[in-house]
Amino acid sequence: MAEIHGTAALAHQFDDPEQQVEASTLGMWTFLATEILFFGGMFVAYIVYRMSYPQAFAAASHHLDIILGTINTGVLIGSSLTMVLAVYSAQMGRRRGQILFLAATLVLGLIFLSIKGVEYQHKFHEHLVPGAGFQFIDADPRHAAIFFSLYFAMTGMHAFHMVIGAGLIIWMARRAWRGEFSPAYYTPVEMLGLYWHFVDVVWIFLFPLLYLIGRH
Amino acid sequence: MSVVAERTVASQARPPRRHYLNVNYGVRSWLLTVDHKRIALLYLVSITLFFFLGGAAAVLFRLELLTPRADLFEAETYNKLFTLHGLVMIFFFLIPSIPAVLGNFLVPLMIGARDLAFPKLNLLSWYVFIIGGLFTLTAAIMGGVDTGWTFYTPYSSTYSNSYVALTVTGAFITGFSSILTGLNFIVTIHKMRAPGMTWLRLPLFIWSHYATSLIMVLGTPVLAISLVLVALERLFQLGIFDPRLGGDPVLFQHLFWFYSHPAVYIMILPAMGVVSEIVPCFSRKRIFGYTFIAFSSIAIAVLGFFVWGHHLFVSSQSVYAGLVFSFLSMLVAIPSAIKVFNWTATLYKGSIVYRTPLFYALGFIGLFTIGGLTGIFVATLPIDVHVHDTYFIVAHFHYIMVGGAIMGYLGGLHFWWPKITGRLYPEGWARFSALIIFVGFNLTFFPQFILGYLGMPRRYAAYPDEFQVLNVMSSAGASILGIGYLIPLIYFFWSMRYGPYAGANPWDARGLEWTTASPPPTDNFEYKPQVSQSAYAYDEEQKVG
Repeated sequence: MAEIHGTAALAHQFDDPEQQVEASTLGMWTFLATEILFFGGMFVAYIVYRMSYPQAFAAASHHLDIILGTINTGVLIGSSLTMVLAVYSAQMGRRRGQILFLAATLVLGLIFLSIKGVEYQHKFHEHLVPGAGFQFIDADPRHAAIFFSLYFAMTGMHAFHMVIGAGLIIWMARRAWRGEFSPAYYTPVEMLGLYWHFVDVVWIFLFPLLYLIGRH
Repeated sequence: MSVVAERTVASQARPPRRHYLNVNYGVRSWLLTVDHKRIALLYLVSITLFFFLGGAAAVLFRLELLTPRADLFEAETYNKLFTLHGLVMIFFFLIPSIPAVLGNFLVPLMIGARDLAFPKLNLLSWYVFIIGGLFTLTAAIMGGVDTGWTFYTPYSSTYSNSYVALTVTGAFITGFSSILTGLNFIVTIHKMRAPGMTWLRLPLFIWSHYATSLIMVLGTPVLAISLVLVALERLFQLGIFDPRLGGDPVLFQHLFWFYSHPAVYIMILPAMGVVSEIVPCFSRKRIFGYTFIAFSSIAIAVLGFFVWGHHLFVSSQSVYAGLVFSFLSMLVAIPSAIKVFNWTATLYKGSIVYRTPLFYALGFIGLFTIGGLTGIFVATLPIDVHVHDTYFIVAHFHYIMVGGAIMGYLGGLHFWWPKITGRLYPEGWARFSALIIFVGFNLTFFPQFILGYLGMPRRYAAYPDEFQVLNVMSSAGASILGIGYLIPLIYFFWSMRYGPYAGANPWDARGLEWTTASPPPTDNFEYKPQVSQSAYAYDEEQKVG
């Protein structure tokens, strides 16, 4: 079974499976480079405004829920661990372990998104969503609104990437269920792992920038 | 052994019985193809349509500019016309032109691969391109956009009164087609080279496409996020660029030019790659200074990311930032000059054979030199303050984009047309239209240097009477240029049916793509290519296999 899949999965443009794995890996890393630049635009905006309006940003960041943020950071790091174990199981040819760990990653990802949803809801009730209903008294509301604009843009874009990742996990679990992977061919799971870790790393930067800086 | 003699012999060579064009027929076989050569042709057809659409807009506003008053169109319509022209020409013609058509066709052939690394992504990139184009066209038909192709805030935010969100979405979507193409090229060039095809044996066309792909992959996502933020601001009132919401419009200019200045190099670098192939072929000589040309492409790509601030000399950027950006912008002149000198040195004492591709390449060298030197003018702070937002800038970047990029594109299209179709184009008509294009181009854009120097601002429908003579010259040139572009359209169609057979290598050129049949078979090569010589071994016999 393993050999059949090893050759059946070789696309016509490649000479051997090794070349195919190398091409996929380089392709994924190149894609992640574009993703870094994509988030980079928002990080630049954040840095520029943080430097311009430090007081308003510090005051606004006090309104983020540090406990939920910390829990979410833990949840996400945990999901990276289960993702590594899923890739490892695929490498070892353990189909059940792979499906279980993918499911665990999915559950942790959904927990993260739910907690994020609760946080968004709190912001909505506290009138901290930019727009006509925005109210802020601790500092210049116009500058605090930029903080919350960036907060929603950055965490929203991050959450969007998580949703795509969740979809990909379901797809990979389905393929694993059908026995499409073997120690000879598990590149898609490995690539999904790279993507998932990247999305985690983005959060590792977002968390201190949005929740921690300027908090005493 | 003369090229002419080769040509007559080659002309009798019939194409192979089975090749990528006749392997199967029907709309489905084209719309679902994963063959890089067919996808290149899908792009060729679509960008040609966009080119003539953008050209039509230019014809209309050049007509308007015949007279000093805004009499043919009112100012608002004029704004929409030049915006449409810029958007279509940049996002839907120039950026995909050489990479997506010639690059798609040639990158696997030149490195001896059967296809790009990710053929399905390649097809996806074309669909993404078309979807982005449909968004933009829909917006144009519904009423258009008047922000200029740059979408500067607050024109696109606070004071927007046109279909900005739809157009921005179109540009955003199209960006992903360019990211996919760049990603595919990078992986293909790294991982799919034939045995013996070392980095320093790669054709310079490949080096320039590698550099282009780096920009596509690293620059385009920054444009994407900037456009997303504009869209979020319009939809959800997130205040990032809109001063009314606390944001800063100049931040948009920074983010926009961080992509859009390198994007100029997306347009010019592939054309430089084309010229590096044409010049040695028709000089019958090895290219002079191969490694310098190769690494100057990388240098242009890298430097390109550190010069965006020269678009903001008068946008309240600090003087010190201005000084640094001015200095860095001038550095780009060094790798550009390296290329020009090396092409000239290749021509020197070459056995030059005059054919249409060489005319375009020579046109490129001359016009790019003018565009590049005036680039140094505008990189100089005090001169830029004088000519900023005048026709001097318009003339400068058209010398790079039309005089450079389009000359390179047409030169490349003529050079590889026999490979793509298996047929020769009519040489006489091709030379005639190359001449018309050269004359029309210079008559259109040289007067604009003078207009700008005299102080005529860009992007206005009306102008003072004293500028009329130069504007009439420019409009007359534009109509000549338009005719020049229509002639190749006709004879290329004609040659597909009536052109003489080209044979595998009508130019007696070196490089792997000429060792396979014209048109090539679907898998590109009948044999597994083994490379043992440089791509410019014009002093040796071509080694096949």
